[in-house]
Amino acid sequence: MEDKDKKIESLHLKLIPYFEKYGILLLLILMILVMHILQPDVFLSWRNVTNVFKQISWQSMLALGVFMVIVTAGIDLSVGSIMMLSLMILAVVAKAGAPWFIVVLTPLIAGFLCGLFNGLGITLLRMPHPFIMTLGTLYIFRGTGNLISGGTPISGFTDEVRYLGHGRIDLQWLGLEKSQYLPVSLVLIAIVYIIFWIFLNKSKTGKWIYAIGGNPNAARASGINVNKILIIVYSLCGFLSGIGALILAGRTDSGYPNAGLQSELDAIAACIIGGASFFGGRGTVLGVFAGVMIMGILRNGLNLMDVSSFWQQVLIGSIIVLAVYIDVLRRDIGTRK
Amino acid sequence: MSSTSNPLLEAKGITKYFGTITALENVNLKVHAGECLGVVGDNGAGKSTLMKVLSGLYKPSAGSLFFQGKKEILESPRDSQNLGLEMVYQDLALAGNLPIGENIFLGREPTKNLGFLKLLDFNKIKELTNAHLDKLKINVKSADQKVEELSGGQRQAVAIARSTAFNAKVVIMDEPTAALAIKEVGKVLDLINSLKKTGVGVIVISHRMDDIFTVCDRVMALFQGTNFAEASLSNTSRDEVIGWIMGKK
Repeated sequence: MEDKDKKIESLHLKLIPYFEKYGILLLLILMILVMHILQPDVFLSWRNVTNVFKQISWQSMLALGVFMVIVTAGIDLSVGSIMMLSLMILAVVAKAGAPWFIVVLTPLIAGFLCGLFNGLGITLLRMPHPFIMTLGTLYIFRGTGNLISGGTPISGFTDEVRYLGHGRIDLQWLGLEKSQYLPVSLVLIAIVYIIFWIFLNKSKTGKWIYAIGGNPNAARASGINVNKILIIVYSLCGFLSGIGALILAGRTDSGYPNAGLQSELDAIAACIIGGASFFGGRGTVLGVFAGVMIMGILRNGLNLMDVSSFWQQVLIGSIIVLAVYIDVLRRDIGTRK
Repeated sequence: MSSTSNPLLEAKGITKYFGTITALENVNLKVHAGECLGVVGDNGAGKSTLMKVLSGLYKPSAGSLFFQGKKEILESPRDSQNLGLEMVYQDLALAGNLPIGENIFLGREPTKNLGFLKLLDFNKIKELTNAHLDKLKINVKSADQKVEELSGGQRQAVAIARSTAFNAKVVIMDEPTAALAIKEVGKVLDLINSLKKTGVGVIVISHRMDDIFTVCDRVMALFQGTNFAEASLSNTSRDEVIGWIMGKK
């Protein structure tokens, strides 16, 4: 009897790492199945699937940035405002008649600098927690964006500027119909996520980001320049928000004051649903992607079923709490006491 | 162990102020190759501060460090590591979310080049980790096991393995047995003894007289941030050392 229990327990222990890595994908697949059963004609249609990817395109950039920050046990509340400010700068520069390759670079540089500002503030000003610095810049960046644009939308960009957010890759050469195209933003998501997966899992700096989240004192004692790594992380987070701005510019063809409002909370939610731990050091790039997808599919599916957006809020909130509770249970089983 | 040869590490006149507080005043310390120095003292006597000065985490307000007879200025823990001076912290300074191997090589990971990319060489980390753990006779299930899954003694062993993975000449241990179950203490003390045999100079800070009298060759006591007493183990007794801790000679 005891032997049997032991066997079961060791099986559990063996399964935990896999569950930790891929459990969230199971949830995602389950959701896709449920949606498919509920909406068999529409949900998995080419049009709807590409639509989901287009809708999550810029959120997925913010979520990836916030994820890296969360791995260091930090938080970035300003990503939505960074995106809005970057978008506004892009819009102003575009309206001033700058050539497209400069217009395309501006949100990336602006986002990076905003992130750098956060990183320098957190480390040099020795803020007690990144929450405070980025709460401050949440207001500062959005206010600056409105000051630059005068608080009014600026619309109308060239096709080159809109390419990443609005471009289509034709698949007719594969024998598909004209409506069955691949959104450029989907390809962009894939490329950016793969690059950051390699960065976080295979590079020294990536390993150190996890180490800082696991135990900053250990990182420091190992001779790792913790402040430098944190500045890099927040800068990259800002840079990704800048990419988000570029995608959003393409999608909406407009810089508008409410861009990315509250999207920092969506980004955090996607990370948490995807298994990132607020205590730092835990979570995967694949998990974040699954988290973004789950939120995107939930919204899309509920829209298809004509469920009110109020219910969407209730459901997303519930999933956050549930996902974290599952994580708590997993830690209880997985960690030796 | 001969005290006539140059000490591996010597600290002279170390003084450290924190604002108006004097944590250390004119403290001297030395350790030879293959020797174990025990440092004792009450809470607040300055033991941890002294160790942090030796590891480069704190800069001394005055005084100097000599490594193999040469004066050295440590700007960061990386500097002391480069000299071969390693520290095993009381809180072990391990990242629980990372596997054993990655903890041992944290900050000094071997890499391989893939085109223009410099990527971590996980196979090499594993290989070196297994070889090193074997050398120290440390048993763990796998180098891939996460540190948070280990027992206190295993973690201490990993911390010591970490400190000696890069040809350390001096290893400083802060309360190496404080957090351990009794049956694990012996293993860690054995590990310290085998380190000494390889010619490493060991400094052990401990409250436990058993530790001091099992592995150390010499013991020094700090009291209120100053050198209070020092003797070789054969010339003193537990009661005398306990008296030093309380400031009695």
